[in-house]
Amino acid sequence: MSKPTATGAAELEFLGQLANATSRRTFLQWAGLTIGVAAVGCSDDDDDDGTGPGPNDSVNLGSGDTGVLNYAYALEQLEAAFYTQVVMTPYTGITADETSILRDIRDHEITHQKFLQAALGAGAIGALSVTFASITFSSRASVLGAAKTFEDLGVAAYNGAGQLISSDVNLGYAGKIVSVEGRHAAVIRDLLNPNSMDFAGDDVVNAQGFDRAFTPSAVLAAADPFVINPINASSLPTS
Amino acid sequence: MTLKNETILDTLDPELMARVVSRRDALGGLSKTTIAMAAMASAPIALSMMAKKAFAQGLPAGIVNVLNFALTLEYLEDEFYKAALALPTLIPATTRPVFMQVSKHETAHVNYLKSALGAAAVAKPTFDFTAGGTFADVFTNYQTFLAVSQGFEDTGVRAYKGRAAELKSDNGILTVALQIHSVEARHAAKIRRLRGQKGWITGNTTDVPALAAVYAGDEVTLQGPVQTANFVSATAASEAFDEPLTAAQVLAIVDPFIL
Repeated sequence: MSKPTATGAAELEFLGQLANATSRRTFLQWAGLTIGVAAVGCSDDDDDDGTGPGPNDSVNLGSGDTGVLNYAYALEQLEAAFYTQVVMTPYTGITADETSILRDIRDHEITHQKFLQAALGAGAIGALSVTFASITFSSRASVLGAAKTFEDLGVAAYNGAGQLISSDVNLGYAGKIVSVEGRHAAVIRDLLNPNSMDFAGDDVVNAQGFDRAFTPSAVLAAADPFVINPINASSLPTS
Repeated sequence: MTLKNETILDTLDPELMARVVSRRDALGGLSKTTIAMAAMASAPIALSMMAKKAFAQGLPAGIVNVLNFALTLEYLEDEFYKAALALPTLIPATTRPVFMQVSKHETAHVNYLKSALGAAAVAKPTFDFTAGGTFADVFTNYQTFLAVSQGFEDTGVRAYKGRAAELKSDNGILTVALQIHSVEARHAAKIRRLRGQKGWITGNTTDVPALAAVYAGDEVTLQGPVQTANFVSATAASEAFDEPLTAAQVLAIVDPFIL
């Protein structure tokens, strides 16, 4: 079992370019060349080439805190892949401020992804295959609209997952990450509709002043169009 | 059944009902009307079960403590924004919607926490938003107002985070605390951007020396055994994780604002 190795942003950009060049459909075998296959989590990973599950392989998140962290890790993989593509193929008319924001967010998501992978160790799921075929990367509205969806979904996912986590330490990690996702969500929303109420809009914050909290099944259903591997969350804690 | 909804609801202690409803809201995101309708569907058994559960779960002292701590911070924020919005010229028209939204949320947080705590809720302190003169022009200089606002919001984010583990015995309340926590993060990010800063916190630096304590320790990049600075950069690693503050750190930050 190979140890996970750090992958620099430049390396990721190269991987993304490679993937982009070989397929018109944006299809990233996300950082699969450098991530060791986990012993736990890949229920039927039958390729032995060390590149993680194939696109059609079902990925089992596992149980207990490992399962919850793998759930977070899956979402962070999706976000990191998305922003890597966004930065690599900037949309028409992107401003310097927007470039800076999107690069920062990419770096945060890669940091989250790699942190969770390292924290999970041998329990980490492999690299997921993702698709962004529904997103037009040359369009500001399409990219920022997707970013808003991903960030709001991330916030709701972590908020809903807190109660599923057993250890204080892991709850602490989730808490440290979720507020950064909330910051991302607010900044992206404010790019779309500056100085309005949308940074914390009534569509995501209810009358009691609560952000959304989603169950894993709701989150995975929302993420499903972007994740090619079937995700098996059936062993996750339910309370 | 000839009883009307109001009649059955009226037989319950209002404070108890508030707690039941708010706890149910917390869990399911359901409106009070929905709760009441659902309760009616199998009343009176459902109501009596809910009542027993609420009594049996009379909040443990540890949770009361954390919620009162949160309530104190929310009182601070709520009064701060109400006072600012009441001034006709402090907040420019272009950003007024932002602060109306923030203020609305802080008021809702106060109301939720008071309702959850019932008779155990602490009273609202008397505030001095100049912090003894440190921010003397907080309500006459928009930039000073923004600086204090950012300090309060970033403190709020770190404060909730620091105490989440103490709420683990009650999944409903833990989840609500997380749901409030991410709203504070949204506020913080927007207000930071209004000040020309990044929406996220880099290192432990601040341009407001009097608020340095708000950012103490946020430069951390070692998460448990994992050095996250090795992944992309130390800057990204610091920004990617908001660090908690201890209760003592938070109280030291807000103390100058409380008379």
